[in-house]
Amino acid sequence: MSIFTLVWNYFKARPLNTAINILLLSLGIAVMTILLLFNKQLEQKITENARGIDLVVGAKGSPLQLILCNIFHVDFPTGNIKLNEAERFAKHRLVKRAIPLALGDSYQSYRIVGTSQQYAELYKAELQEGNWWKNTLDVTIGANVGTIAPLKIGDKFASAHGLAEGGHTHNEHQYRVVGVMKRTNTVLDNLILTNVESVWEMHEEHASEEAHEDHEEHTELRDSSFIPSPLVPSIAKGDSVKEITSMLIQYRSPMGAIQLPRLVNSQSSLQAASPAFETARLFSIMGVGVDILMAFAYVLIFISGLSIFIALYNSLKERRYDLAIMRSMGASRTKLFVSILLEGGILTLLGSVIGLLMGHGVLVLLSGFVEETQKAGIDGFVFYPEEWIILVGSLLLGLLCAVIPAIQAYRTDISKVLAGN
Amino acid sequence: MISIHDLSFQYSAGNSIRFPDFTVTKGEHCLLLGESGSGKTTLLHLLGGLLRNYAGSVKVDNTELAQLSEASLDRFRGQHIGFVFQRNHLVSALSVEKNLMLAPYLAGLKINTERITEVLSGLGLAEKRKSSVTQLSHGQAQRVAIARAVLNKPSIIFADEPTSALDDKNCDRVIHMLMDVAAQNQSTLLVATHDQRLKDKISKQVKLSSS
Repeated sequence: MSIFTLVWNYFKARPLNTAINILLLSLGIAVMTILLLFNKQLEQKITENARGIDLVVGAKGSPLQLILCNIFHVDFPTGNIKLNEAERFAKHRLVKRAIPLALGDSYQSYRIVGTSQQYAELYKAELQEGNWWKNTLDVTIGANVGTIAPLKIGDKFASAHGLAEGGHTHNEHQYRVVGVMKRTNTVLDNLILTNVESVWEMHEEHASEEAHEDHEEHTELRDSSFIPSPLVPSIAKGDSVKEITSMLIQYRSPMGAIQLPRLVNSQSSLQAASPAFETARLFSIMGVGVDILMAFAYVLIFISGLSIFIALYNSLKERRYDLAIMRSMGASRTKLFVSILLEGGILTLLGSVIGLLMGHGVLVLLSGFVEETQKAGIDGFVFYPEEWIILVGSLLLGLLCAVIPAIQAYRTDISKVLAGN
Repeated sequence: MISIHDLSFQYSAGNSIRFPDFTVTKGEHCLLLGESGSGKTTLLHLLGGLLRNYAGSVKVDNTELAQLSEASLDRFRGQHIGFVFQRNHLVSALSVEKNLMLAPYLAGLKINTERITEVLSGLGLAEKRKSSVTQLSHGQAQRVAIARAVLNKPSIIFADEPTSALDDKNCDRVIHMLMDVAAQNQSTLLVATHDQRLKDKISKQVKLSSS
């Protein structure tokens, strides 16, 4: 026999009431937990994916689209830019690193990115097995592409135009997998990397015969005066035909942040977008939805608090005699006060523990069954210190709801109750 | 054991009540007789420390109750006094056994399961030990209430109208049961009642006059 046995037996005596109170609270807590986990991990992913990239230079259009497309690979390109125009900024004294990106095709909705080795270095990618891409049409795939698609070394595949599955396929050329990268928990896990030339080759198939010949001629034209392009070394500097989708830029000094964006936007047909600025904007847009859901969670929690208060308050009326009898058996006022407080506290603590488990459970299920969640890298097994705040907060809520009934229990006039008045 | 001297109590409504002086020695059985409204329950509550703020003297077990703080009065009550009420109220959320465990637990004593077995079988309730109290008949519930009152081997048992709602046969059984368990535990028994049938069961009687 202990105060907990007593409280527990009172719960058991009203199973439906107890269950509904716990359920209400746990639903609110679960919504809160899911939002917390989702928001935190998304924020973390976004910062990780944008780390090291100070500026994205691409075709004119929506700056947010430029960022979504070239950093997170979830949107379509704004258009192409001339390689020679990009080169002008790649060589700028304030630029430490410039990485070209050529997008356009995908395989089973995994995007194929024509780029340089520096792109993989940006995310500190390492090889799980095989090699980095070297020759045209060789690809090195991200961890998720290896496991979910699935592709393995030596596999050949044809790419599809665009990002969606079932687009027009380029059957004429097939890519060959030469390596698989280790998991980086960045967007790289969902990409297929190759060189820029491969992407060109895919698309020049569709261009006229003439352009094709141009290309052939071009490679033969290498002589002593050949100066390689800083972005794509196999191409001569200043090539006026070749195009890429965008260029990722890392500044040499903070001065870059002041000068470069303005320089790019004003002096060329190109557009520069800052990942930091655009993601902050994205968060503020998403924030509205999150706030509404959060408000919904608060309403659920408030209602459950009210429901616990009403349940305790009503049950106390029925239990006035119990309380008086317990006093006659030697229970002190304080003991009864504490037992009612505990009843509220344990109820909400149970509710919030169940809610936290439910929240994590939902994300575990989501990441297990929904491919999009898996690709986004949302994990249900991650725990944050904020969850302690939820636990302690709900315990306080329970105590708060129980305080008025507990005071009533404290004040019970035992003689009056026992005399039957 | 119990001694009352010059005792009066003022109700919150303003009217006050005076009680006659009397003494009950250890192990004695005593009947507290009086009509409804004569203050039987009030006197029982004063003796049991459920009511405080009286004038005069109430000594139980040689302790002047007014001198105890509220918390120590609670402890005193739990360890020295067993109550049997007319509505033998049991805690319906708990089983028979847990209702009995409540007595030593709330009194701050050690829970002795052998003592529970002993008391339950003494009252013919052994097989009801794990039952829910809501499944008991009225007679069984009353026996559980008596078992609860004597479990801590209290020096005094106070019974408030234990028989008034019972027929002759059950009235007889209950008063003998109370007298028997009181004798077994060497407890003083004080029964407050207006039930005339008990008059020839217990010889020592204190009459309260209606005010």
